[in-house]
Amino acid sequence: MPSESNPPESYVEKPLTLAALRADLAAGRTRAVDLAAAYFQRIEKKNPRLNIFLSLTKERALEQAARIDALAAKGDPLPPLAGVPVGIKDVLIVKGAPATAGSRILKGYRPPYDATAVAKLEAAGAVLLGKLNCDEFAMGSSNENSAYGPVRNPFDTERVPGGSSGGSAAAVASNLAVATLGSDTGGSIRQPASFCGVVGVLPTYGRVSRYGLIAFASSLDRIGPFASNVRDAATLLGVIAGHDPKDATSSPAPVDDYAAECDKPVAGLRIGVPAEYFAEGLDPEVRAAVEKGIAALQAAGCTVKPVSLPHTKYAVPVYYLVATAEASANLARFDGVRYGYRSPASDTLSAMYSHSRDEAFGAEVKRRILLGTYALSAGYYDAYYLKAQQVRRLLAEEFLRAFTEVDAIVTPTAPTPAFKIGEKSDDPLAMYLADIYTVTASLAGICGVSVPCGRTQAILPVGMQVLAGHLREATAFRVARAVEAAEL
Amino acid sequence: MAEKVTVEEVERVAELAHLELKPDEAARMLTDLNAILDYVAELNQLDTSGVAPLAQVGELGQFSSVPRPDQVEASLDRAAVMSQVPETDGVFFKVPKVIER
Repeated sequence: MPSESNPPESYVEKPLTLAALRADLAAGRTRAVDLAAAYFQRIEKKNPRLNIFLSLTKERALEQAARIDALAAKGDPLPPLAGVPVGIKDVLIVKGAPATAGSRILKGYRPPYDATAVAKLEAAGAVLLGKLNCDEFAMGSSNENSAYGPVRNPFDTERVPGGSSGGSAAAVASNLAVATLGSDTGGSIRQPASFCGVVGVLPTYGRVSRYGLIAFASSLDRIGPFASNVRDAATLLGVIAGHDPKDATSSPAPVDDYAAECDKPVAGLRIGVPAEYFAEGLDPEVRAAVEKGIAALQAAGCTVKPVSLPHTKYAVPVYYLVATAEASANLARFDGVRYGYRSPASDTLSAMYSHSRDEAFGAEVKRRILLGTYALSAGYYDAYYLKAQQVRRLLAEEFLRAFTEVDAIVTPTAPTPAFKIGEKSDDPLAMYLADIYTVTASLAGICGVSVPCGRTQAILPVGMQVLAGHLREATAFRVARAVEAAEL
Repeated sequence: MAEKVTVEEVERVAELAHLELKPDEAARMLTDLNAILDYVAELNQLDTSGVAPLAQVGELGQFSSVPRPDQVEASLDRAAVMSQVPETDGVFFKVPKVIER
């Protein structure tokens, strides 16, 4: 974009809230089709620089918007997400729309059905704008592993948006969508939410059906929403949560009215602060911002107390063994037989498998498949995979004990603000360490919200991670809303 | 702490995973795998004897999931699925020959 002047804030713009949008539609001040058209225009203008959307679903969006306008014209009650322009991370499938998972191996693939979370959004009136860029198969913390180029952070286009759901976070931060869906396996919703100054939700494992999510690590994968504010994120989770016969791990527990919970006062809630998350390696400006957030919770009447999570330092090693082992099995399905890329001119089936995979997988995906295959291979299984699963239990039980003493735990979401594109891309281990505060909740299956809590001097956003126990999303939203209300 | 992985082992694991690494790729992966395995060797500091492995958080008993009844149901439409296949006769997936003679 040579001719465009590019001050740091130029790509940052908060979308309308769901409540304002709904009021406009109901009163006839806005039509859903005009709103969708306006968003497609914004995308056309901003996307060449930011690289957020990989493909658009215009026809489907405009049909849905017309349905919403017909309802509004008749004065019929509008569904909860009527006319809301949303984007979908490209690891979730939308019938007939390209689904790449950020990989060359799925280039051109158009799946024959909708993911449950996508179908639920649309049934609630949302307008699907298109598919959002992400790290290849959701493997990455910076979006630099996308085969289609990195997403740029709207706050500073030389910096990463975080990953792997970088497109989902950046879309909301730059108002190219009102809300989006992402997926989180080790921090892939929370960390980009933190880097892009938006709200990102990690629901409890099993709270949202994974049907139609391209699998990375099945015991860890979750689908969750991004929005510009806590209440809207809560509303979205309420829409996509719930049991689905097509995902046997989805929970039959009733879904709370999360949006209503946001307004409940936090006075009296016990907030745990684990020293392990404020140790060496934490950026001083991030620490200062999160400490202000904690002070705001105290001022709102919360009891703040220390909690001890001594196994925290083992979480990254456990995570990278468990996640890669599961990934090595899940990604075996990409073999050139049923969908996606097939290497031309192979003599045998076996050669076709390995040529297809070698030519179309990126370096990080290969690295993780190799690590996972190694950890599962004869002679190493006990030392690596089994050991990791044992420590996973210790980590999970440690959280369960902590949640008998406190209602929520607050930490920085990431040890630093958004880093520069290229800064860590040659050092996989340094990149893995960027996940240090998020992988713990992934392994324990608990829920959390990353909520903006201030900026650095260079105006980069900082996120606070609010964690709560299994199926305690309502508590996490309440606490996150109190931090948001303090306007740090 | 961790034993060093050799280039032969990287090639063996690549073969198990149906990946075919070019020589420069194999060298890079060797370096990276050794760095990562060195780091994960931290886990050996912990005594985990008697700790049951946790494969899935459902085992913690905090919440339950329900398997669906094992009933035959309609599945995806064959034509829709086959429209995305690299090579098909419309009914089956076509692949190169399986056995070399």
